[in-house]
Amino acid sequence: MQQLIAFIRKEFYHIFRDRLTTAILLLLPIMMLILVGYAITTEVRNTGIAVYDPSNDIATQAIINKLEASGYFGVTRYLSSPDEIEHVFREGKTGLAVVFSERFYENLMHTGEAQVQLLADGADPNHAITVTNYATTIIASYQQDLLKTSVSGIPYQISPEVKLLYNPEMKGAYNFVPGVMGMILMLICAMMTSVSIAREKELGTMELLLVSPMKPIYIILSKVVPYFFLSIINLTTILLLSVYLLKVPIAGSLFWLIILALLFIFVSLALGLLISSMVEKQLVALLISGMALMMPVVFLSGMLFPVENMPWLLRMISEIIPAKWFIMGVRKIMIKGLTYSSITKELLILGSMAVVLIVVSLKKFKIRLE
Amino acid sequence: MKVVTVQNISRNFGKVEALKDISFDANEGEIFGIIGPDGAGKTTLFRILTTLLLADSGKATVDGFDVIKDYKQIRNRIGYMPGRFSLYQDLTVEENLKVFATVFNTTIEKNYDLIKDIYQQIEPFKTRRAGALSGGMKQKLALCCALIHKPSVLFLDEPTTGVDPISRKDLWDMLIRLKKQKITILVSTPYMDEASLCDRIALIQDGRFLKIDTPAAMTREFDKILWSVQSDTMSKLLADLRRHKKVKTCFAFGETHHITLEDSTLTPGEMKNYLTGLGHTGIEISPIAASVEDCFMDLSGNQTEK
Amino acid sequence: MNVITAENLTKSFGSFTAVDHISFEVAQGEIFGFLGANGAGKTTAIRMLCGLSKPTSGKGFVAGFDIRKQPEPIKANIGYLSQKFALYEDLKVWENIRLYAGIYGIPEKEIGRKTDEILQRLGFENEKNVLVKALPLGWKQKLSFSVAIVHDPRIVFLDEPTSGVDPATRRQFWELIYDAADRGITVFVTTHYMDEAEYCNRVSIMVDGRIQALDTPKNLKQQFDAKNMDQVFHQLARKSKLNGE
Repeated sequence: MQQLIAFIRKEFYHIFRDRLTTAILLLLPIMMLILVGYAITTEVRNTGIAVYDPSNDIATQAIINKLEASGYFGVTRYLSSPDEIEHVFREGKTGLAVVFSERFYENLMHTGEAQVQLLADGADPNHAITVTNYATTIIASYQQDLLKTSVSGIPYQISPEVKLLYNPEMKGAYNFVPGVMGMILMLICAMMTSVSIAREKELGTMELLLVSPMKPIYIILSKVVPYFFLSIINLTTILLLSVYLLKVPIAGSLFWLIILALLFIFVSLALGLLISSMVEKQLVALLISGMALMMPVVFLSGMLFPVENMPWLLRMISEIIPAKWFIMGVRKIMIKGLTYSSITKELLILGSMAVVLIVVSLKKFKIRLE
Repeated sequence: MKVVTVQNISRNFGKVEALKDISFDANEGEIFGIIGPDGAGKTTLFRILTTLLLADSGKATVDGFDVIKDYKQIRNRIGYMPGRFSLYQDLTVEENLKVFATVFNTTIEKNYDLIKDIYQQIEPFKTRRAGALSGGMKQKLALCCALIHKPSVLFLDEPTTGVDPISRKDLWDMLIRLKKQKITILVSTPYMDEASLCDRIALIQDGRFLKIDTPAAMTREFDKILWSVQSDTMSKLLADLRRHKKVKTCFAFGETHHITLEDSTLTPGEMKNYLTGLGHTGIEISPIAASVEDCFMDLSGNQTEK
Repeated sequence: MNVITAENLTKSFGSFTAVDHISFEVAQGEIFGFLGANGAGKTTAIRMLCGLSKPTSGKGFVAGFDIRKQPEPIKANIGYLSQKFALYEDLKVWENIRLYAGIYGIPEKEIGRKTDEILQRLGFENEKNVLVKALPLGWKQKLSFSVAIVHDPRIVFLDEPTSGVDPATRRQFWELIYDAADRGITVFVTTHYMDEAEYCNRVSIMVDGRIQALDTPKNLKQQFDAKNMDQVFHQLARKSKLNGE
């Protein structure tokens, strides 16, 4: 045990003596999130709205007034046809289009129901989401007002239908946070672990460790533990930054989010070990973890591109990418606020991947030079 | 007592035969030198004996334990210093030593006596990172690390390659002191002059042992006539000697040239006449006893054609 | 004619003086042995002479060029070979020769002739198409040396060229050195083999950054009343305050 502790300490020396690497490891998540953060505009002020109002009655007028009165929106255009919407968005002055159904007030009064469409420019999904959320809230408050003054007791129901143009699946900053988490954890755990073991091989110190009574499991643990801690630090930074800087709330259970992250960390560490058992050189370890792990995380995990639209083969490959399941799970828990029962599948898949990979990488660890 | 036994060890890497049918024993408290150039198979042999590689065929034991079956026991009782500097360059001298003490479940204090002589030489630099040490210092630190657990057998793979003559001498003084503590030492070196410091030596070339014996017996058994020849123009002398029909081999050996003769009828006088005739001055010719290097060059047969 | 001149050449790293006011001259075609313990300052001195590192103070001229101001023409006039040979392991023998000939600006039409000449001198005609990594170390060193002087430089710097090389090849290597010196190439060589010090025309011995002795091997042995260069070296290097550091 004392051996192990001394060795873990040694590993921390390696990490912290290399100032540049330490800085990169600790600052990388912060930098990535800040970059993402800049790409997001959460501020909604004076968003131009285009209105298509075929009814032009007291209800639609009231809603438009309410929207303008909020200070968030200002009508820039009245449209004569919904077909103009796309053109208006292209001009760039308009962030939201409000499309009322025909005979809005009449329908509301007689059937108790009326439809309004909120179309936003999905190219900036965060902005779009915020804008439509605000608009929905304002419309809902009009509905409340209406109910209060109602004498007939009819439960008036205005159903806003939200649509994002150009980016219907709302890929964006909200989705970036889980993606960045997946990338950083994979990077720290898999890449750094494999590189640090490969370094011992390259320098020849592994030869000395093997020719000693040091248990292989200790060698492995001493490599894994420091990066485990580092990734926990990174996980914490990412979560704090995303909640307080990017205002991406943790909608669901923090506990299950952490469980999910821990499982993913184990998978990544085991992958790092596995890679290191196959290579002799740091450069090769770096390339393999870069090519075989990071690339799929970026391209196939659904972080940047929707996997659903990819060819069959790529979709199949994406199924075995741990980051895909992790990112999916994080989205469900963190963004959508679903309960743990909704991520049972993700937990099970990551859990079994972790077990299999750890067993295989321990078995693969060489007690000799070949 | 035989501490290391090796029987018919062979090992190939693909098509390359790194070791061919190697057999030898090393006794307790003996310095056994494996002498040969780079690429002769020394490192492969050491790796097999230190349980890092498996031989294709043959058997070997270290301290009574089989190198394959009992590798764990062997790893507990040997010290190993690989050919290239294999310590943590980013850790300090003292930290390196501590790390290796821990690896072997011991402390610096427990075995300080054993390493004291060498460690005292590097102790002034104990807070310096190992990567910033000079070649000789690095080797001394590596030796300390290999000795920290008081091993019964010490494997030193080319500890003096690239090290200056002074540090080499320090290192050998240390080995001779260790030998007195009954530690068996297997050491490989490309420096033939270090052979005489070993109790017994094996000459290795292309994966084969050319000969195993004590340095004295080996040089005694040199069966050719060997002369040392000198003149004022050494580079011309080399060419002229090689042109002589009765000269078998001719090599520069420091300030003189060593020649072996095809036939024993030639006398130094005749040779002197031959050289004087070619315009040489300051000629000195004397029959000499062979050095290990002469033996190696003779046995290896790796000689330039005349 | 002197092709290397050093006058009070000094290099300090912070408070540590690696090379401390060394002065010497090397004549054209001379084989100059540059000896010293590990860390005595040899490599630092060579780096300065090759124009790779600027001296802290002092002057130096190599092939007539100022090492401080004209590092580029110096590089065109010298060859350099370190103990880590500079050949590309995954290229064939002739490809390596061709590559370096190209790097040193040898005209295209001469490269073929040069390549054949080198292969013939080394007796490597049959190994022309062999990958360098398949050659024994000694052969690689011989090839490296030939490649280092492919452009017929005025001076070639050799930093421990024979470390770990087998005895026979080591001697063949020295014969290549003689050969080059006969063609007028000045050879500046470091070694830890003291028998090789005997092969040099003149030898300098560096201790703690200073040149403590400089003369022919014969005179040095007389001066220090020693049987061989090994003893000379030990007498001098033992005086090191840093003890090999």
